[in-house]
Amino acid sequence: MGYALNFNLIWRHFDKLWGGLLLSLELAMISIAIGTVIGLVLAVWYVSAGRVVRAIIAAYVEFIRNVPLILLVYLVFYGLPTVIDLAYNAQTSFVATLSLYSGAYLVEVFRSGLEAVPRGQLDAGKAIGLTPWQRLIHVRLPTMLRITLPALSNTFISLFKDTSIASVISVPELTFGAQWINFNTFRIVEVYLVTTAMYLVTGYILLFGLRLIERRFRAAR
Amino acid sequence: MLGQILYAVPFLAQGFAITLWVSLLVVVLSLIAGVALGVGLVYGPAPLRWAVRIFSDTIRGIPILVLMFFVYYGLPAAGLHLQSFWAAVLALTLFKTAQVVEYVRGAVGSIPKGQSEAAMAIGLTFRQRLTSVIFPQAFRRFLPPWINGVTDAVKGSALVSLLGITDLMQAINQVIGRTYEAMPLYILGALIYFAVNYALSYASRRLERRFAFIRD
Repeated sequence: MGYALNFNLIWRHFDKLWGGLLLSLELAMISIAIGTVIGLVLAVWYVSAGRVVRAIIAAYVEFIRNVPLILLVYLVFYGLPTVIDLAYNAQTSFVATLSLYSGAYLVEVFRSGLEAVPRGQLDAGKAIGLTPWQRLIHVRLPTMLRITLPALSNTFISLFKDTSIASVISVPELTFGAQWINFNTFRIVEVYLVTTAMYLVTGYILLFGLRLIERRFRAAR
Repeated sequence: MLGQILYAVPFLAQGFAITLWVSLLVVVLSLIAGVALGVGLVYGPAPLRWAVRIFSDTIRGIPILVLMFFVYYGLPAAGLHLQSFWAAVLALTLFKTAQVVEYVRGAVGSIPKGQSEAAMAIGLTFRQRLTSVIFPQAFRRFLPPWINGVTDAVKGSALVSLLGITDLMQAINQVIGRTYEAMPLYILGALIYFAVNYALSYASRRLERRFAFIRD
């Protein structure tokens, strides 16, 4: 028996998908913003720290990178509230998880970026009498950010896709909207075709936009 | 508490075995499919190249979760009835295949054109050029990212729990459902995944060093 495509029900519930897409983008943006702060602070700390601090930061990075994201999401949402006295909703919980998750990946990105800053630039900064703090703010970080921009935008796009995991704790993002329509209308093929297209188009628009920004700020060679 | 968790150990071990089985299937199947499609992407005729490019860019552009639901719920509509286990393996394999295609393209693409031309000049057939000239050199470029990607397969396998397959993730959730010991069990699960993946990434670093002596 053939399967006749019928998109009517998808358009009727399209607000679920559209609202979900916007929420996915929002989750990814907040998470990468917090993750960038975590990554920057830990990376700068790491390169100047002693053994113990380095080991702790490395443990955080390795732990997050080697555990499935879905488990981290469960752990923060279902596990943590049983041992600490904190109340948060699913969305906050997911943003916290994804921020910690992206932070761990970005520490590595920024750390290798800091190491890639040419030695001569730092010496030049020292030569014109900048303090270590001024060298960090005006020389190391701007150069490092230019170097790491491509990696940063790749991380953002993969975070955008990772937001689909939020559906497992019922955050109404795009994948959750798709499942809702799947279970309530049974227009299965249609809803996943539309959802796939939405992820693809958004992903490629982001990629294109970020590449333009990268070209504008590309590190001088 | 400890007693309850110890009681659940055999059940968790079964789940862990499923996790390893799913990961192994995905890794092996995607390696075969990915190398075939990757070679097609580099050396194939234009229509094949386009098809592989579209396949890879589409698959890598969507979340694994969406791909998995699409395959699981969508295949029956197309008249194909797979057990949830095989639907999950199929979806994860499709995803991993697209990655392997890119590793192959990168590895094979990094071999200087002169190598191919020299092989052609001494009269090697296409198959001989691949197996005796291109692949041996491309292999060391392919290996490190591929082994790194194996940890992704293990992590990705946790998603099969959403299709009701009792892998390690699902086993943990079920034990929590009975014992309400959420935190200790999630941490136990995280440590198990960590141990497997850390061992894999350690192996990948070792291999990378092992092949580092070859320079061009």
